[in-house]
Amino acid sequence: MSAVIEANGLGMRYRRTWALRDCTLAIPHGRVVGLVGPNGAGKTTLLHLATGLLAPACGTISVLGEHPAAGPAELARVGFVAQEAPVYARMTVADHLRLGAWLNPAWDDELAQRRIGQLDLDTKQRAGSLSGGQRAQLALTLALAKRPELLLLDEPVASLDPLARREFLRGLMEAVAEHGISVVLSSHLVADLGRVCDYLVVLVASRVRVAGEVSDLLASHRRLSGPRRDPATLPAGQQVIEESHTVKQTVLLVRTDEPVLDPAWTVTPVSLEDLVLAYINPANDIPARGPQLGVVS
Amino acid sequence: MIRLTWHQFRPQAIVAAGALIVMAILLAATGPGLGHGYTSSGVSACHANCATIASSFIDSLGSFDHLLYFASIALMYLAPALMGLFWGAPLIAREFEAGTYPIAWTQSVTRLRWTLVKLGLVGLVAVATAGLLSLMVTWWASPIDHAASLAGGSVQVAQQSAAGGRAGATWFVLDRIAPVIFATRGVAPLGYAAFAFALGVTAGVLLRRAVPAMAVTLAVFIAIQVVVPNLVRPHLLPPAHATASLSAQNLSLSRNAASGQTSIQPPGNLAPQGAWVLSDIIITPSGAQFTALPQACTLTPASGPAGVLDCKDALAAMHLRESVTYQPASRFWPLQWIETGIYLLLAAGLGWACVWQVRRRAR
Repeated sequence: MSAVIEANGLGMRYRRTWALRDCTLAIPHGRVVGLVGPNGAGKTTLLHLATGLLAPACGTISVLGEHPAAGPAELARVGFVAQEAPVYARMTVADHLRLGAWLNPAWDDELAQRRIGQLDLDTKQRAGSLSGGQRAQLALTLALAKRPELLLLDEPVASLDPLARREFLRGLMEAVAEHGISVVLSSHLVADLGRVCDYLVVLVASRVRVAGEVSDLLASHRRLSGPRRDPATLPAGQQVIEESHTVKQTVLLVRTDEPVLDPAWTVTPVSLEDLVLAYINPANDIPARGPQLGVVS
Repeated sequence: MIRLTWHQFRPQAIVAAGALIVMAILLAATGPGLGHGYTSSGVSACHANCATIASSFIDSLGSFDHLLYFASIALMYLAPALMGLFWGAPLIAREFEAGTYPIAWTQSVTRLRWTLVKLGLVGLVAVATAGLLSLMVTWWASPIDHAASLAGGSVQVAQQSAAGGRAGATWFVLDRIAPVIFATRGVAPLGYAAFAFALGVTAGVLLRRAVPAMAVTLAVFIAIQVVVPNLVRPHLLPPAHATASLSAQNLSLSRNAASGQTSIQPPGNLAPQGAWVLSDIIITPSGAQFTALPQACTLTPASGPAGVLDCKDALAAMHLRESVTYQPASRFWPLQWIETGIYLLLAAGLGWACVWQVRRRAR
């Protein structure tokens, strides 16, 4: 498993506040990776460090095995759509495509024109008057037509309405299927991530809480409900992620690689959203669990 | 990257080209007439004692010429400031303000090249625009500048109004080495344009907002344009000195009727024609500036001519001298080149600071 992004003790500080601190992670190659976490977890900072827009205050980060934005060749391999999908308000859609062609030697104009045609955008329209969804699509087109190996998207759908969101993600998935690029997208909309991501990294306060294949995560997490019971009495292979108790009942969210055999529990599968919420809930003190978390030590 | 920079800069370039064309038409329409008057009045052919002819040529100019003379001076001061404000300050600040820098910096162009091309191309256009403007204005004003130097450096003309003997609008011309004119002729405007532009970009990179950057650019540029002519330019080349003894014959006294103060008027023609006089003071034999008038010079209206003579004798006995420090007219071009060089160096330093600041975020 080679990593598209590998961070080691990575830290970034704005004046005295740490936006990202001691972050160590490895994001695998060839996946659509969802980077989730509460606001302030350091998602945007991590992506800006990965694109070279920011320089780390400490630690190291490598992207596709190179220093981020080390030179034109490194820049050409990574596409980026920033939060809110900024575009040049006074330039037209056609101008943006020209900008892409001027600044990227590997520019795929046929791809760009085709996407703009499919989106039914007026090429003479100024980008400032596009809707949020159209703007995001234009930014995505710009990032895709430079034919990157890795595409980074920072909250690409957060400000879009549900329809525009679905269209955007569909366009993204088509491009991934067509060109086989690796994608890392940050989001706090877990439902959307479930639709497109096959790998998940949950980042809380700069630390990786859990990381893994979405299917593995869903298979290894169970909700157990049954008569009230002390979680300490569970078998060794079952790690409690979240617990709640009433006078008579206990509900647990556990991580286990083995089937739950105890007949006292009613075992139900966990949705991706519940899983993520359990991990990012500050009330749940979850110890780090070594290699399965994808932490490179 | 050059095409993108040009594409983004085009609207401003069109405005500048329009202004240049308007100015060129105005100057081209009136310049030949000015040159003709210069020849026909005999100033161009004059070799000795030309002050009167030169003054009468200046006196003969029409009010539209006066207007253009002052407007062109104002324009030469404004143009670099405007370039710093409207071309320099927003150049990179807008990218931060509008949040578009992530697009610009994640294409396959390094930030170093992005910054250098933006600075280089727009900076070059700024310098070229200032160069064209200066060329036009220097050409147009050359008859007036030449006549001004022949007429003794500065000429004040009280225009007689047609209706009667009452003095109308007064206008004046100055020699081209005089601080007000110096900055509007020759090569110096190129240096100012490069500097103002680089200053604007630097302020924009540091403040990341266009309007505050424009305010800072304007304030700093005005401050520099005040400090340099007053404190720096006089010393760019070691100034020349001339001294002459004051005697009872060559000094004159004047008395301020309101304050009752008496002051000495030295003969005041020590500096050669067309020179930029930096200081003109009276010194004692020890070289110190003369300030305290002797007792005999406490004049009252009752003192009469005898009192004035006593005072003059008392002053003559002190062996005072008039000391003039000046930059001769021949230093115009050396001073122009030195000052332009300084401003270009400053601009290059600021440009380097911009590149460093933009790259710093990634390294």
